[in-house]
Amino acid sequence: MTGSNVVLEVKDLVTHFPTRTGVVKAVDGVSFKIERGKTLCVVGESGSGKSVTARSILQIVDTPGRIVSGSMMLHRPNGTSVDLAKLDPRGRDIRAVRGAEIAMIFQEPMSSLSPVHTVGDQIMEVLRLHLKMSKADARARTIELLKQVEIPNPDRAIDRYTFEFSGGMRQRVMIAMSLACNPSLLIADEPTTALDVTTQAEILDLIKRLQQRHGMGVMFITHDMGVVAEIADDVLVMYHGKVMEEGPVDRIFHAPQDDYTKMLIGSVLKLERKADIRLKRAPIDEKAPPVVEIKNLVMHFGSGANLVKAVDDVSLIVRPGETLGIVGESGSGKTTMGRCLMRVYQPTGGQMSYRRADGSVVDLVAADKQKLRECRREIRMIFQDPVGSLNPRMTVAQIIGEPLLVNEIAKGQELDDRVADLMRQVGLEPAWRERYPHAFSGGQRQRIGIARAIALNPRLIVADEATSALDVSLRSQMLDLMMNLQDKLGLSYVFISHDIGVIRYMCDRIAVMYRGKVVETGETEQVCDAPNHAYTKALLSAIPRPDPRARRMGQRHRYVA
Amino acid sequence: MLRFLVTRALWMVPSLFVISFLAFVLIQLPPGDYVTTYIATLAASNEVVDQNQAADLRQRFGLDQPMIVQYWKWITGILLYGDFGLSFEWQQPVSELIWERMALTLVLTFSTLLATWGIALPVGIYSAVRKYSIGDYVATFFSFLGLAIPSFLLALVLMYLAAVEWGQEVGGLFSEKYQTAPWSWGKVLDLLTHLWIPVIILAVSGTASLIRVMRANMLDELNRAYVTTARAKGLSEFRLLMKYPVRLALNPFISTIAWLLPNLVSGSIIVAIVLSLPTAGPLLLQSLMAQDMYLAGAFILLICALTLIGSLISDILLAIVDPRIRLE
Repeated sequence: MTGSNVVLEVKDLVTHFPTRTGVVKAVDGVSFKIERGKTLCVVGESGSGKSVTARSILQIVDTPGRIVSGSMMLHRPNGTSVDLAKLDPRGRDIRAVRGAEIAMIFQEPMSSLSPVHTVGDQIMEVLRLHLKMSKADARARTIELLKQVEIPNPDRAIDRYTFEFSGGMRQRVMIAMSLACNPSLLIADEPTTALDVTTQAEILDLIKRLQQRHGMGVMFITHDMGVVAEIADDVLVMYHGKVMEEGPVDRIFHAPQDDYTKMLIGSVLKLERKADIRLKRAPIDEKAPPVVEIKNLVMHFGSGANLVKAVDDVSLIVRPGETLGIVGESGSGKTTMGRCLMRVYQPTGGQMSYRRADGSVVDLVAADKQKLRECRREIRMIFQDPVGSLNPRMTVAQIIGEPLLVNEIAKGQELDDRVADLMRQVGLEPAWRERYPHAFSGGQRQRIGIARAIALNPRLIVADEATSALDVSLRSQMLDLMMNLQDKLGLSYVFISHDIGVIRYMCDRIAVMYRGKVVETGETEQVCDAPNHAYTKALLSAIPRPDPRARRMGQRHRYVA
Repeated sequence: MLRFLVTRALWMVPSLFVISFLAFVLIQLPPGDYVTTYIATLAASNEVVDQNQAADLRQRFGLDQPMIVQYWKWITGILLYGDFGLSFEWQQPVSELIWERMALTLVLTFSTLLATWGIALPVGIYSAVRKYSIGDYVATFFSFLGLAIPSFLLALVLMYLAAVEWGQEVGGLFSEKYQTAPWSWGKVLDLLTHLWIPVIILAVSGTASLIRVMRANMLDELNRAYVTTARAKGLSEFRLLMKYPVRLALNPFISTIAWLLPNLVSGSIIVAIVLSLPTAGPLLLQSLMAQDMYLAGAFILLICALTLIGSLISDILLAIVDPRIRLE
């Protein structure tokens, strides 16, 4: 590491958030260096302080956070250096650094751009501010930047608004904006987390190429170890505001020293293969009549020119005790499919034959209110967002007990006992029953959601992205819990996810959805290891593997339909 | 966009038609009519009107005809000749009466609006940006105070102070000598010296609630990710505030234009009466009490037309300032 190549040198950075209950040490003595042309990945789970570290560099930490001590030396190409920590956060000096020498891109490209200004306006602003360009020059340069980030028809795109772009295109606009003044350091805060895997692969690709062309240093913040393995030169592992381990990417993955790093890598690798619980289990009886048989299901939204075929002639079966994974990117119709199964949406056409416990078969598409009510006791749902799907004004006992109460199955002492029993089953302490959801962590909240789903002894559970909002170390725990419950209670799952790792870990069979159609179904191993359909191949090739020795962005297939 | 405007404008025709009918029915609903009120007034001053005279009056005003006929005459008069009828009480054409009052009401309302927005928006922005600072607490204190004080009470207090302590003439919008004089520079200046009291009174509660709304809107916007992005670009704090969060926090105000216009007529009636302002509000109240139905009907029709036009204007403005809104 030669001194002249270092762009930014952070030493003992401490950032605190004073709160009513005491000081939160979000960043607690962090040191690292970033070199020109190199990528430093900062990894950690939620609350590790990785985002606050990034924001501290530009002094844009949200209130009431403030930098307490430490230094952040920015080394300029002309040989001078400046300590960013010493600058006034509202002063002219730090503002001259922001957007010009150090640029930043954020996680949510939709909310990170103003919805009422054109993208051109927002990019030109940077050029006019830092480079004092004239309007015409700034416009010409902006079109050129949009071309660099491969936005089609840049001379028309410049006058569009963010909501007229797709997620990937929006992130390209953000990147164009950050590159406007040729910064020497680009800070990317989870820039691909909100994107589909294929879009993520393209954005990572783009950042890599632009980095090579401009020779900038990149600080890339992510929680996805696959992405780290794919792009990092060096890795910084953070936990509770502290650096746990730092080193070249190969060493972090193949010879981690720190226990936390080992645990993190371990839980990622665990999701790279099938769960032990599943490997030990006897095979599913293929001759047993299916719990659900979906035939030619169609769900259309809108009409005329705006017609969207969200689910387009889908046929699937779910066998008793089986987990069917539905995988696809956003807009593939997988969530709509799940909601049709619950009859939250009234399908446009097709059949969904549900076989009840007594052997009678109900068509959920045509079922009347009474039938539907009975069937819905047996088909339950687990939601993606463990915060949004729990009523903040109800106690845990009320939340879990609600389905029992509404369906008049238990009340009084019996209800209390059932709730306590359910809480034990999902690994929650029954003594916590009177607490409200905000007192629980993300993983515990998802357990509450699971307890509520199994309260009525269902036979089928639709889990829509049930683990997407959870940190990777919690993900396998949650999946293990779900599989244990499945074996104990004889459940069938429809497991909807965009995460092929989670699907492979847990599912017996997979259906791959693309634009409302099921393009491929089959046994998990067959679909994951030897996919037949070109789209499945493209999807699988876009997923970064958590192994820096097997980088494969270069050999990615693209699927154009 | 054009198609939207045309369909909206076309829809206003049947709406106004239905509203005019309902308004007419509503005015007639209370027992009795203008003649009853008229006789009662005369009786109060010990003049006796016999039944024949009353029937004569009814016939002259057309009050003896069935309601639907009266309505038909009224509406065709408006549509075909622009004739809003004659005010019974004032014995003047309704249109003359209304326009005279409306001009002054317009002046008063827009001065109030300017004062309200001019004070409330900057204070609201400041309050939000410096949340929980001394300045914010002071602004919050005064805005709650302003909200809590009824306008008519404030009017009485200010009138007392102005008349007793400062020796200023209060009440009305003109001094006696300009009351009936034709418009001149002197009259305009006279209007300005009288205007400030009603403007302050009417602006206080408006400003108070607007500060709260602006503060809340701004607080919502200040935490948005695009503000952080703008900051990361290196914009100065003032420029980024004005360009991004303020711009978005103002959008909800545009929809308030919809009820700003009808407020011209029906707003602030109590204050106008207390201060004896020659605006539209007191006249509307008086016409309703006297069952002066053509005058009252014209006012109600005006309020409704202004409501419809106001919401159309705010829809159009919203579509212009917020590109996410598409009028189709």
